[in-house]
Amino acid sequence: MTSNRLLYALIPAGVVVVAAFGLLLAAGTNGFEPIKLIVEGSIGWPPFEEGTSSKVGDTVMVWVPIALASAGLIVTFNAGMWNIGIEGQIIMGAIFAAFVAREVSVSRPLLIALIILAGAVGGMLWGLLVGVLRTAGGVNEIFGGLGLDFVAASITTYLIIDPWSRTGVASTSGTDPFPDEALLPSLEGTRLSPLAIVITLVAIAGIWLLFRGTLYGLKLKAVGRNRPSSFLMGIPTNRYLLGAFVICGALAGIAGTSQAIGFHFRLIPAISGNYGFLAILVVLLARFRAFWVIPISFFFAMIAVGSSQLQLRLDVNSALGGVLQGTLVLSAMFGLGWAAHRFRKQAEAGAEST
Amino acid sequence: MSLELLDIHKHFGPVRANDGITITVQEGSLHGLLGENGAGKSTLMKVLSGFHSADSGRIVLDGREIKLANPDDAIEAGIGMLHQDPLVFLPFSVIDNFVLGSPGSARLDRKKAARELSELCERYGFNISPDTPARLLTVGERQQLEIIRLLWLGARVLILDEPTTGISADQRAKLFETLKALATEGMSVIFVSHKLEEVADLCERVTVMTRGKVVGEAELPVPPEQLVEMMFGQSIEIHDRDSVPLGTSHLAFDSVRTATGLLSEEPISLDVQSGEVIGIAGMEGSGQDAFLRLCCGMRTPKEGTVSIGGKDMTGKHYRDYLAADVKYLPAGRLEEGLIEGLTITEHFVLTGEKQSFFVDWNAARERAVEQIEHYTIKGTEASTAESLSGGNQQRVLLAMLPPELTVLLMEHPTRGLDIESADWVWEQLLARRQQGTSILFASADLDELLRYSDRILVFFSGRVIGELDANNTNVEEIGMLIGGRRAPSSGSVSS
Repeated sequence: MTSNRLLYALIPAGVVVVAAFGLLLAAGTNGFEPIKLIVEGSIGWPPFEEGTSSKVGDTVMVWVPIALASAGLIVTFNAGMWNIGIEGQIIMGAIFAAFVAREVSVSRPLLIALIILAGAVGGMLWGLLVGVLRTAGGVNEIFGGLGLDFVAASITTYLIIDPWSRTGVASTSGTDPFPDEALLPSLEGTRLSPLAIVITLVAIAGIWLLFRGTLYGLKLKAVGRNRPSSFLMGIPTNRYLLGAFVICGALAGIAGTSQAIGFHFRLIPAISGNYGFLAILVVLLARFRAFWVIPISFFFAMIAVGSSQLQLRLDVNSALGGVLQGTLVLSAMFGLGWAAHRFRKQAEAGAEST
Repeated sequence: MSLELLDIHKHFGPVRANDGITITVQEGSLHGLLGENGAGKSTLMKVLSGFHSADSGRIVLDGREIKLANPDDAIEAGIGMLHQDPLVFLPFSVIDNFVLGSPGSARLDRKKAARELSELCERYGFNISPDTPARLLTVGERQQLEIIRLLWLGARVLILDEPTTGISADQRAKLFETLKALATEGMSVIFVSHKLEEVADLCERVTVMTRGKVVGEAELPVPPEQLVEMMFGQSIEIHDRDSVPLGTSHLAFDSVRTATGLLSEEPISLDVQSGEVIGIAGMEGSGQDAFLRLCCGMRTPKEGTVSIGGKDMTGKHYRDYLAADVKYLPAGRLEEGLIEGLTITEHFVLTGEKQSFFVDWNAARERAVEQIEHYTIKGTEASTAESLSGGNQQRVLLAMLPPELTVLLMEHPTRGLDIESADWVWEQLLARRQQGTSILFASADLDELLRYSDRILVFFSGRVIGELDANNTNVEEIGMLIGGRRAPSSGSVSS
């Protein structure tokens, strides 16, 4: 049995390694060099050496939105919903945050609190909209969410070009930077914000507790697994579906806020960085377990940040990073599925020999 | 062709579903496989039809050992299985269903297939037209379609898993006639059932299974008591109905009519009193389902009023009915009742009386263990809903009912259950009745309807065609009404 379990863990890992190396070799590198460069570009080589704090800060601040969005997606996935609209929810969070950052002037702690709250509300409303379209209008959440992603992205572009355009310039590159008081407090010389880390970890712990110990989480799970049965048990299924979108939207909105006031320091067109879609892959890999989100999203953040080195040092297009992420996820899921299949076969064969 | 199953073992985790089964089926014989729920009959048949691979054991067909890795191999070898719910694709037409499983994929000769379908229909006296949409077929006709499809694919061993659930008496007679004809043509038929009478009516030989093992074999006919003893170790006694004094009105319909479809033509009026048991008879899909959903607020009438305990509830939401202690248990236990993937403990937490935001899992597990013992559920507090057998799923559903109930609505309370579980279910229901709960249940089992009901409503073609006093009627009268013939002497039709 132990050897089976070991095999079960090793097969996916093996598939991932083979696929990743295959890709890197096919891209004309020697396989090891890009991996080293990605690590070096994201957390330094050797890791966390003196002088790497700026890189580490960037990587952590990419980890924050991916991890927050993943935590939110665990809720919608448990409720049986494919919240493809998470991208739009991140963007709306950033827009709401940007509005408060630009327009409100109060004391700094209050301002930061207001911005985060506004971001959460923005994401929440955009998530709720997907939910309402689904429950009241019968619009599948995948289509509704995808549509709202486009709408949110277009609103960003409009805001950047027209009402919030940079003074004197008509540019699609972004708004003016936010005032300093509106930015997340960070460690000297880096983007790293302890507050963002705390919020992310609290969110993940909260989601863990939600499904581990609360009736609300259990009912969400019930609704996700069987809506007719849940309805007959007296669970208000639509309200729970909307609740899932609200929770996920709020977390995605905070992710967008972090992007706006913790990473880019202004509103830019592709503010979400596709981290919402990436988070879907994170959650699938984490198999809906909250704590696994922490290392898996950090890994993805490393690739996202580190792959910019590829272009500079190896003359390989940095888009290879994205291809690598996709390949890793698909091969890992293939490996996990294949191992599960093998594992069952092994168990059956084991029973036969006794 | 003759078939031997030799020392078949199949385990699911710790559960020994088949524990060394050996059965021989003679060529051209009608072989019954009898056993209570969870005895391992379905597992064995799934092994034989290639759905499961056995852990060990051999399958020998006409003296030659065969290996079955999937259902394709089985049908190739000439073994065809008719599932409890016929595998018919409802959006497709009859002919598309017919050719769906045929080998080869490139060329599809619908015309030739349709001709062969018609020939087979004629040969066995079925009346199915190739172009009919499959959703318009009755369950019995879907079975007929499956049978001729399997014959067309070359099946020479036919397995039928509980084929008589959900079909009318006429269709059952037709089915039995067909099976007998097939056997005389040399087909080996394995008839899986938990119904003694049917096996006794149809089969020449019977194998009895209990808890994954063969516990007896007999050439039929034998006295039924002997079979019951093989199955349970003792004869089951039949409970007599106690009379319960009826009380106040619990559920009242006043000229209720739906807007469209079933129950939209003739308004229904009805008064069900406390402690009363109403049986609901009719062919599947004659309006029983719509009626029960009207009773619990899942459908809203277009006209008329529905009251619970004297209070007008017309147009109220299902959850308001639930709050008024009206509970509906539909037939699909895993579809509309339990939740796949959740444990028994989680089910009790979801439906528990005391609900707090944070779940005390230790207390919840203890409560679940108590309930499991009290309701004699075969499973543990960590068992998931889908891992339980049908009878045990029904036990969990009954254990989840709130302690106080005004009206209990059930579809097929004992469908697919063995005698012991069925009796147990009715013990529970009659105990509820003693407490004053009104029970309305739909059933296809006329004996069950006659035995437990005070009154029987017969549905036909979307309306109530008869309301009978269960003490003054008989199977024939109900059967006539189910078929749509209003007997002249029958009770008054509610209007």
